[in-house]
Amino acid sequence: MSGSRTNEPKGVRLDHISKIYKNPKTGKDFYAVHDVDLNIEPGSFVTLLGPSGCGKTTTLRMIAGFESPDEGEIYLGGEPINELTPNKRDTAMVFQSYALFPHYNVFDNVAYGLKLRKLPKDEIKEKVTNILKLVELSDMEQRMTNQLSGGQQQRVALARALVVEPGVLLFDEPLSNLDAKLRVQMRTEIRRIQQALGITAIYVTHDQSEAMAISDNIILMKNGVIAQMGSPTEIYYHPNSEFVADFIGECNFLPCNVTGREGEDVLATVYGHPVKVRSATDKMGEAEIVLRPEAIEIADAGQLPCKVELSCFMGSYQNYHVRVGETLVKIADNCPIGKKTFQVGDDAYISFRSECSHLLET
Amino acid sequence: MARGQSASLDRKKLFSDPVMMGTIVLLIVFLTVFILYPLAVLLVDSVYSDGKGLTFEFFAASFQKASFRTAISNTLKVGALVGFLSTAIGLLFAYVEVYVKVKTRFMAGLFKVVSMLPVVSPPFVLSLSMIMLFGKAGIITRHLLGIYDNNVYGFWGITIVQTMTFFPVCYMMFRGLLKNIDPSMEEASRDMGATRMGVFRTVTLPLLLPGIGNAFLVTFIESIADFANPMIIGGSYDTLATTIYLQITGAYDKNGACAMAVVLLLITMIMFLVQKFYLERKTAATLTGKASRARMLIEDKSVTLPLTILCSAVALFVILMYICVPFGALFRTWGRDFTLTFRWFEQVFTKYKGLKAFKDSFILSLIAAPITALLSMIISYLVVKKKFRLKGFIEVVSMLAMAVPGTVLGIGYIRGFAGGIFRTGFLQGLYGTGAILVIVFIVRSLPTGTRSGISALRQIDKSIEESAYDMGAGSLKVFTSVTLPLIKDSFLSGLVTAFVRSITAISAIILLVTPGYLLITVQINEFAEKGSFGIACAFATILILITYGSVLLMNFIIKHFGTSRKVKEVEQA
Repeated sequence: MSGSRTNEPKGVRLDHISKIYKNPKTGKDFYAVHDVDLNIEPGSFVTLLGPSGCGKTTTLRMIAGFESPDEGEIYLGGEPINELTPNKRDTAMVFQSYALFPHYNVFDNVAYGLKLRKLPKDEIKEKVTNILKLVELSDMEQRMTNQLSGGQQQRVALARALVVEPGVLLFDEPLSNLDAKLRVQMRTEIRRIQQALGITAIYVTHDQSEAMAISDNIILMKNGVIAQMGSPTEIYYHPNSEFVADFIGECNFLPCNVTGREGEDVLATVYGHPVKVRSATDKMGEAEIVLRPEAIEIADAGQLPCKVELSCFMGSYQNYHVRVGETLVKIADNCPIGKKTFQVGDDAYISFRSECSHLLET
Repeated sequence: MARGQSASLDRKKLFSDPVMMGTIVLLIVFLTVFILYPLAVLLVDSVYSDGKGLTFEFFAASFQKASFRTAISNTLKVGALVGFLSTAIGLLFAYVEVYVKVKTRFMAGLFKVVSMLPVVSPPFVLSLSMIMLFGKAGIITRHLLGIYDNNVYGFWGITIVQTMTFFPVCYMMFRGLLKNIDPSMEEASRDMGATRMGVFRTVTLPLLLPGIGNAFLVTFIESIADFANPMIIGGSYDTLATTIYLQITGAYDKNGACAMAVVLLLITMIMFLVQKFYLERKTAATLTGKASRARMLIEDKSVTLPLTILCSAVALFVILMYICVPFGALFRTWGRDFTLTFRWFEQVFTKYKGLKAFKDSFILSLIAAPITALLSMIISYLVVKKKFRLKGFIEVVSMLAMAVPGTVLGIGYIRGFAGGIFRTGFLQGLYGTGAILVIVFIVRSLPTGTRSGISALRQIDKSIEESAYDMGAGSLKVFTSVTLPLIKDSFLSGLVTAFVRSITAISAIILLVTPGYLLITVQINEFAEKGSFGIACAFATILILITYGSVLLMNFIIKHFGTSRKVKEVEQA
């Protein structure tokens, strides 16, 4: 792709946005999105992540203009756009169902937006050809959309949105209708194309691994409110709540008692056994240690005694459930071959490095 | 919580779209002036007259007439029985088609004909054939059975004719419902030990119950609103529709007719509301699933044989009745002289201005059809895909027209437009013109078109249009480049349905037509009443040919140029 974008990527700012819906059962109003305030840099890839009903799609649809916010203002490239209809906004959306026009072939589907912009014919031809090359569908121009596989339809939908060179590209769970393998392939593809074009992208998904793989920044939402935002690493290793920790990957929460500080770490006890946890807090007393299953080692000696309750070979790792005091801890022991395999009922010890842990104040 | 902002933003977005705004305003004006206003005038006229001021005298006077009280009870009796019979026969047909293995192609053909007939036939031709088959000079009664003074006119005549006319509608409703029942539910019941009858009684029937109520009320409304059949075959057995007609054309009692019309309207309206807001919703609630796989058809002879025979008998009877019509036009004197002749057809054109009648009917319907089709697609589009405050108004009013009997609408138009709007003389020029006939055609076909448009549009994923909108298309462009092409088939069939309904319409039209226009249906009615069955049949035969021809044409166009063809071909490839 020559990559000659005539349209600069635009930033998006949501200024304290809220959306109120009526609950159809009770007839009561509730906040579907509540006081969402965020700034998306031009050219960045941002994911709205969360369980269903968290308000992520509503937020996306407010940016596209299909829904109107009840409070707050949305800015696109610095301009307020609340009053603009979707067709007057510089956004293009890739829909969950692809929303291809079934009465057009691939070429006409992709050319649709360009024709609306009244571009000359040969320019349309050139742009469509280029974009179809980018999404690797060059020889499919004349196909009807239902002659394509799911992945190909997905690419057409992507091409159709890209070709109008929008200030912001919006994705509404675009991969949820694809099978697992294709999903992984397509998300890499989407990321590659977004980087190549330097376009701003806002992506909605409920799949945390997709969000991790694809985004510069993740905005995790719950019940219409932003739970946490940050880079994938930040969110993964420094979740600010049990919800975030649990939603992004598997997580263990060990109750502890903070007693003092040593450098970057705090000293704490878990069921009476001393451990070190990475934290900046000065607050003493009860807290929770957040530990990822793969950050825990199991051995005959270590920091905390435990009893094995489940031991299961998963291929790339050995899966253990062990009991530490009263708490169930899940362990993913990577590359288990050649290591000692503990059996159900065995006594063992677990340990972790402090930089892999994170303290959650309770 | 402050919800004001999104509402005002939505409004601003709407106002920034002039095409959309204009369409909505035009629609609201049209619906108000041509549906709500005539009904309002009717209500006012039933309780108010210039001399007497506000009074309930007209209602009182109507109810004091024994003939009116009889008409009410007649109407309800016929309606209830027709509703019951049509529902039962319709259910039988649908059950046989969906559940029973029908071996012969002949049977399959019968079913197709039966489902096709109500679409193409003028609503009252069966009355003609009923009289010709079972009347005093009827072929069956007089010539086969030797009964010389059989009285076909009255309660049973109307009931049989209306049942034969309306049961196909029930049949098609049930067919849709039964196909939506997941066979695994019935298999589960059978698996747990239920007999075939038990399955029907404990699973199929309860699931269908709201649908049965729905079908019953729909036919009930059709029956009590029906004007032409009671007119032709009712004899002295008056129903509300005919009584009202005579009240205004015979007795020339405008206020009385209005009061009676309000009574009729009230009855249909209540039924309609129950049907629409209670039963239809319940039907949707129990039968929304799609059948997960094909159903094992019943092959058991003890079930298939009696059901097949029963259905064939009914279907053959219906077909016989329709065949009667062209033959009625070909015999010299029905019942006496069975020599074949073309004199009735000739007379249609030489003596009775047939050409003008066909031309008038044809042209007026041809004007009304595309307007109706487009209007109903626009209404369905707004109802299904858009949200705005007056959407409910548009939906309700356009559906309301379904519950308004033609006779009632006709009287409303006379009262509402004869002296111009509110008798100010404004729009008075409309009255007595072809334009008002076209408008009546449109209003009468709008509900059917809108209903099928809505169901067609619901099939289309909302995001397809959103995506066009998102790419930068305005609402007009979205409608013309995406929505309309996708519902092309439904639009075409709406077009033909509107045409057929218009060219076969009579109840409201007969009150509004002026001598300047000759309409086929009015002619048929006139000759049938006079007893000139040869001429009536000749008119009816040509009318059926026209309607059947247009349906064939539609099917041809859909098959060769429809949207679904492209898609289907591809699927096969």
